[in-house]
Amino acid sequence: MRVVTRIPSRRLPSSVPRARHNVRNIPRHRPYSTHPPAARLNTPTDFSTTPLLAHASQSALQNTELPSEVRNGTTKRMNLFQAINDALSLAMAADDSVILFGEDVAFGGVFRCSMGLAENYGSERVFNTPLSEQGIVGFGIGAAAEGMKAVAEIQFADYIYPAFDQLVNEAAKFRYRDGTEGRNVGGLTVRMPCGGVGHGALYHSQSPESLFTHIPGLRVIMPRSPIQAKGLLLAAIESNDPCIFMEPKALYRAAVEQVPIGSYTLPLSKAEVLKEGSDLTVISYGHPLYTCSAAIEKAEKDMGISIELIDLRTVYPWDKECVLKSVRKTGRCLVVHESMVNAGIGAEVAASIQEDKDTFLRLEAPVLRVAGWGVHMGLMFERFNIPDVARVYDTIKQAIEY
Amino acid sequence: MRVPLASLARSPRHSTFLPGHPAYRAPLPQRWSSSLSRKPGSAGVRFPGAVDSKFTNALHFERPATYPAIPTYRALSPDGDIIDSSFTPPSDTLALSMYENMLSISIMDLIMFDAQRQGRLSFYMTSQGEEGTCVGSASALEKEDVIFCQYREAGVFIQRGYTFDNFMSQLFANKKDAGKGRNMPVHYGSATLNIHTISSPLATQIPQAAGAAYALKMQRLTDPNTPSRIVACYFGEGAASEGDFHAALNIAATRSCPVVFICRNNGYAISTPTLEQYRGDGIASRGTGYGIDTIRVDGNDILAVRKVTKKAREMALQDGGRPVLIEAMSYRISHHSTSDDSFAYRAKVEVEDWKRRDNPITRLRKYLEKKSLWSEEKEAEARGRLRKECLKAFAQAEKEKKPPLRSIFEDVYEEMTPETKAQMEQLRGIIERYPEEYDCSEFEGGKDTLSP
Repeated sequence: MRVVTRIPSRRLPSSVPRARHNVRNIPRHRPYSTHPPAARLNTPTDFSTTPLLAHASQSALQNTELPSEVRNGTTKRMNLFQAINDALSLAMAADDSVILFGEDVAFGGVFRCSMGLAENYGSERVFNTPLSEQGIVGFGIGAAAEGMKAVAEIQFADYIYPAFDQLVNEAAKFRYRDGTEGRNVGGLTVRMPCGGVGHGALYHSQSPESLFTHIPGLRVIMPRSPIQAKGLLLAAIESNDPCIFMEPKALYRAAVEQVPIGSYTLPLSKAEVLKEGSDLTVISYGHPLYTCSAAIEKAEKDMGISIELIDLRTVYPWDKECVLKSVRKTGRCLVVHESMVNAGIGAEVAASIQEDKDTFLRLEAPVLRVAGWGVHMGLMFERFNIPDVARVYDTIKQAIEY
Repeated sequence: MRVPLASLARSPRHSTFLPGHPAYRAPLPQRWSSSLSRKPGSAGVRFPGAVDSKFTNALHFERPATYPAIPTYRALSPDGDIIDSSFTPPSDTLALSMYENMLSISIMDLIMFDAQRQGRLSFYMTSQGEEGTCVGSASALEKEDVIFCQYREAGVFIQRGYTFDNFMSQLFANKKDAGKGRNMPVHYGSATLNIHTISSPLATQIPQAAGAAYALKMQRLTDPNTPSRIVACYFGEGAASEGDFHAALNIAATRSCPVVFICRNNGYAISTPTLEQYRGDGIASRGTGYGIDTIRVDGNDILAVRKVTKKAREMALQDGGRPVLIEAMSYRISHHSTSDDSFAYRAKVEVEDWKRRDNPITRLRKYLEKKSLWSEEKEAEARGRLRKECLKAFAQAEKEKKPPLRSIFEDVYEEMTPETKAQMEQLRGIIERYPEEYDCSEFEGGKDTLSP
């Protein structure tokens, strides 16, 4: 059934469900994403003022992780999907062996990440595959094993499971089992939109990152912003290890910042301290960083404390040293992620903190986790499941008052 | 026409391709099949999903039973006579070397099966009855062709130049094993021979073969000076039930990949007979459904397998590349593996009958004898020599030290991560604190290789 609707003037982030009919049915009043009128904490993220995005060229180019020629260059306003498109385009221009494929990538992708690439680089390098995730990943492994830089797209992280065998048993173990023969599938990068989007329900909201972090041999990356997405994606494509690159889909259109024009990579397996603080460390990655940032702002004002915020960026192999250093300094810590609390990234981070004898001695409070409940993402209940500002704020309070 | 890719790409220095951007290009106009106008006098609309389908007013379901089974191509009769008159036999030298390669594998199989029974290695899989499929098809490939295997393809390895020493190092997982002692026996691999390392999960190599073939095709597009190469991919009829088989044949067809899929249909997947594996006409009948040129061949006829593979290789390189499917029919004479007693699910008499009635080694031997290239004396000499060579490699490999313990931690990533280095330290610490609990003496360099 084709639903014909008036397209609203405001462009809102919208997921494109897998069903092949047009569901751009966005009425002006959306009961599923409104917040209570008296809310002080749970207000929508204001992406135009958040300190996590570079709103001016100058702040983007101050980033010391960027190479000097890029820092001396210019920037351009991009949202997250445009930054990913830019990274893909730069990677393809620089290296003939980069190929891009998946379901519906040829016309630009259902989230517009591959727009214009087929026209610019040819249909041999940017192409649609049959609708088969195990086929896409298996094909990518084979292409990478024979020297291509294979960038495979899985339309939603929720649909990666048919390819789980190929990722776990093949991609992750390829270098190890080949031993001195030295072949590997480091050229493989698997991109996938992930995370809640307001109305994705069971199969357009998942964040399966911790499933991949239990597999030695894969790098699992999740950027928080357009600048990060571009640099980390270029690093993932360049990396000689197979990479799972997870793109928080809610940020595709929402997160907009000044992104450096040139080609640059950002380091993998390196966390970033986004904000220094002395009383508490908040560790997160991806979309919830904006929630954390808002909660920190309120908590610092209300409680008169100073909070450090860390973005893991690569969730495995992760930057343990950066986290431990921060917690040794602050003595308190909470980990925030969207996916289920049980055996999530928070479990590994918390366990590592208490396991490190120097850090354990510095702890003033238990390491706390703010994460999704042990439930599935019911359509009408997303805002009660994904950690919001109130939950992060309340957990900060618990850690401080302990 | 082959054009370097660089010329296909208008590479803007940077571009986000949005309207208004200087590098923005409007999407290329595309004609979808559904937009084709109706031809005058045509039988009706053309559905995009099946443009050549004609309408009929007779209600009729297609029934597999009404189609004859796909025939099995044979070049050599069981008595060793050439029955395909158009057939050019291989040179005598090649025929003899193929025969010796089959013999080598069958001798090694007997020795290693018994060695496993004596507890000298953990596991083994023989390929009795399937030497012809593997040696025959491998003989028709070029050195640069890339191969993906399942596990019962020792004949492919030996035909390409894998030696008894290579086999034994892998089987005993010693320090000369390319897999650094990480893989179960029989999981061979060789970069110099362009054969990817075998992994246990069934059928995973089939979509990989399609992707690898696409890579070879692209590399030739980029640099026309590279030789045209194909990928050959082996799997059993049981593995063809996996989703990966479906994914692979479909994507190989839609992306026109130069890959030859070679299915060894030996009648059993462990204990499961084909009657419980599928109800169609074997694996071959599926090929055409994916739009893939397909042939069924007598796997016990090494010359037929060779000829079919040679032709398939040519076809795979035509029209810029396309997949071909070969189903080689045989019978699994051996047990599935050393962990299996196949008489639990099939009669001994059935196996003995197959052994006597038809065997790839015997059939080629008859052919060679009829050409006066082989004799009883030569047979006895070859068997004795090969057995000696094999046992010599066996004894050497068994004596060899195991790979250094450091191999536990290497190659998970390109570089060892700080976490892995810390874990290596932990292992060394525990071995040092409890020396009586661990024996590191058989590993090259002992516990000292666990130092960062």
